[in-house]
Amino acid sequence: MTVSASVGESAGPAASGEPLLKLRGISKHFGAVQALYQVDLDLPAATVTALCGDNGAGKSCLTKTIAGIYQADEGEIFFEGSQVHIRSPKDSAALGIETVYQDLALADNLDIVQNMFLGRERKGRFFLDEDDMEKAAAETLAGLRVTTVRSIRQPVATLSGGQRQAVAVAKAVMWNSKLVLLDEPTAALGVAQTQMVLELIRRLKDHGLAVMVISHNLNDVFEVADRIAVLRLGRMVAQDNISAFDRETVVDFMTSGGSNRGVAAVGTQAAL
Amino acid sequence: MAGIEDLKGEPVPLEESAAELAPDLTAAAVDVVPPALVAQSMGQYMRAWWVRVRGGDAGVLPVVLALVGVSLVLQIVSPRGLFLSPGNIVNLFIQSSVFIVLAMSETFVLLLGDIDLSVGYVGAIGGIIAGNFVQPGLDWPWWIAIVIGLAVTCVIGWIYGLIITKLRLPAFVVTLAGFLFYFGVMIILLGASGSVPISSTVLVNQEFLYGIVNTNIDPTLGWIGLVVIVLVLGATIWLRDTGRRKSGLVAPPVGLTVAKIAFLAGAGIVVVAICNVNRGTFLPIAGVPWVVPIVLAVLGVWTILLERTQFGRHMYAVGGNAEAARRAGISVDNVRTVAFILCALTAGIGGVIYLSWQGGISTNINGGQLVLYAVAAAVIGGTSLFGGRGRAIHGVLGGLVIGAIYNGLYLLGLAIQWQLIATGLVLLAAVAVDSLYRRGAGGVARA
Ligand SMILES: Nc1ncnc2c1ncn2[C@@H]1O[C@H](COP(=O)(O)OP(=O)(O)OP(=O)(O)O)[C@@H](O)[C@H]1O
Ligand SMILES: [Mg+2]
Repeated sequence: MTVSASVGESAGPAASGEPLLKLRGISKHFGAVQALYQVDLDLPAATVTALCGDNGAGKSCLTKTIAGIYQADEGEIFFEGSQVHIRSPKDSAALGIETVYQDLALADNLDIVQNMFLGRERKGRFFLDEDDMEKAAAETLAGLRVTTVRSIRQPVATLSGGQRQAVAVAKAVMWNSKLVLLDEPTAALGVAQTQMVLELIRRLKDHGLAVMVISHNLNDVFEVADRIAVLRLGRMVAQDNISAFDRETVVDFMTSGGSNRGVAAVGTQAAL
Repeated sequence: MAGIEDLKGEPVPLEESAAELAPDLTAAAVDVVPPALVAQSMGQYMRAWWVRVRGGDAGVLPVVLALVGVSLVLQIVSPRGLFLSPGNIVNLFIQSSVFIVLAMSETFVLLLGDIDLSVGYVGAIGGIIAGNFVQPGLDWPWWIAIVIGLAVTCVIGWIYGLIITKLRLPAFVVTLAGFLFYFGVMIILLGASGSVPISSTVLVNQEFLYGIVNTNIDPTLGWIGLVVIVLVLGATIWLRDTGRRKSGLVAPPVGLTVAKIAFLAGAGIVVVAICNVNRGTFLPIAGVPWVVPIVLAVLGVWTILLERTQFGRHMYAVGGNAEAARRAGISVDNVRTVAFILCALTAGIGGVIYLSWQGGISTNINGGQLVLYAVAAAVIGGTSLFGGRGRAIHGVLGGLVIGAIYNGLYLLGLAIQWQLIATGLVLLAAVAVDSLYRRGAGGVARA
């Protein structure tokens, strides 16, 4: 009885549209630079949220705060309805949050397999289970149609920029996660690989994952996103369903923080 | 580090999800097999190897060439071709052993892009403490003496690790301070006599320590040992490579596997055969010195630790990109601390070997030169000064090069100044090669 009650409880928020991850009043500064100021953000499950903003708007900073690289000066984070404290990358990974960083965060001296399993290597009794890891990595890469690498045992230092990005994406999506954060995952990719990543994002969404994707390419944003959030100078200036925006209004919000085209209301949370 | 692995569930089978959600794409993917999985021929494997070389991972090729080159030159110029005589080759192994072990010790910290300038005197302290416990009066069992000496060096390394990670001080400065500090401590430990001798033939435990370097394995036993080692290693290599080939993983072609095992056996046979030649002038002396299998054991254990365990993988990750390692949930500080402990522990082993080799340790020991030779040996062997690249075997090969120069110039009757000059030039060449490869790697990555 208690079991069914608790299941009902945990199913409750999802059913009533409570977002998987909820940020409230997140602020972060570096010395004199206020990178984030009172940011609210909702990332619902089974939804792709695009985070837009000019260079230096604070997008990567916000991503790293969720990933546990930075800790917010103030503000609260709610995951699956309850408040959490993400103090390290381990904490976010334990919650089921995976991140593709803008700078990729790959170790150049390690090969593709070693990078994909970094920090969570598979082991036999004492030693690493290389064969197992290599098979799983090859499967994931094949699933992403990453077919241009010569050998998955080559160090990532020998890969092209696009190949490195593909490895970083593969590394993030091969785990059973609930939320995937992608900081400009297609910046260095060719047309085919970009389509693969967008396709992958849709697939993650269909599997019920929450996805946040950062991109400067509005074509990609409008192709894949369900919601758009716009940061400007560290403030969240707009956040709504994609139907509330068009290209011009997004650009208006990114550059001036408002739009007189009258499509979206600033900071609307309720629209979802 | 415990518990990192239980953070995560199983990877999502993407193929599966692709199959149900994007049938059109999956159909296209059927014939797209990652090329690595089909790269099984010698030619393809060689091309993959060449990619690695260009990526900055030249392996042991340069140092093997250097070793051959140095040996040939010294053989030609040494009086009566003495350099490659069996007696001198055994001498060379013995003289190189301290450089080799200290180079392996330095490898742990070089891998992280750090350096330990104090391994010479820290190692000496380990040797002196071991030596003190087998002096008349105490006469403790030799192995307890060694364990105590090594335990002390571990504590020294642990303190380095704490200072460097907690106070965020550069290892260069901390270990430079340690160099002076432990030089002083060593002089205090050596006391008024200025030395700790272990050349007694009455005290069994002293004799045993002395015998580590100065006694030989019975020739027959040497052959038996070699057969066992080659069989075990050969079977391991064979089973691993064939297993990987069978499951379609990246593996060398059969020819290369056979060549590896044949080379291993061949090198072993040459070494044992040379050591088993009678090299005595009055009494017959033959056999592999005990220090050789000891050095090989250190090599084996550290190679397994670095290349087959999770901790070793994390060391490479921290050395390659500390921030990426941190984001992967690795405790960079823990890895760094353990690296300094392992460095000091191995230095202690080097100190015990030095103690045995010299029949004691006195204030004459040149800890500064030992450090320079250790770093030089590691770098000559192929370990990067900039972190992220290095193996235990590099210390062995680089240590042999240093030992060859040391030994050869001595044979030529050239004084210490020429040894220093030659070693300096070789080190410079090694560092130049290292940074050239690094630039090559950067170029490939940017392309
Ligand atoms: N570690 C840091 N130290 C100091 N300032 C930082 C740091 N990280 C970010 N900032 C500052 O915070 C602000 C936001 O940076 P952030 O990297 O989040 O921008 P961004 O929106 O990701 O831009 P881009 O589109 O160029 O990637 C910038 O002014 C930046 O200088
Ligand atoms: Mg950014």
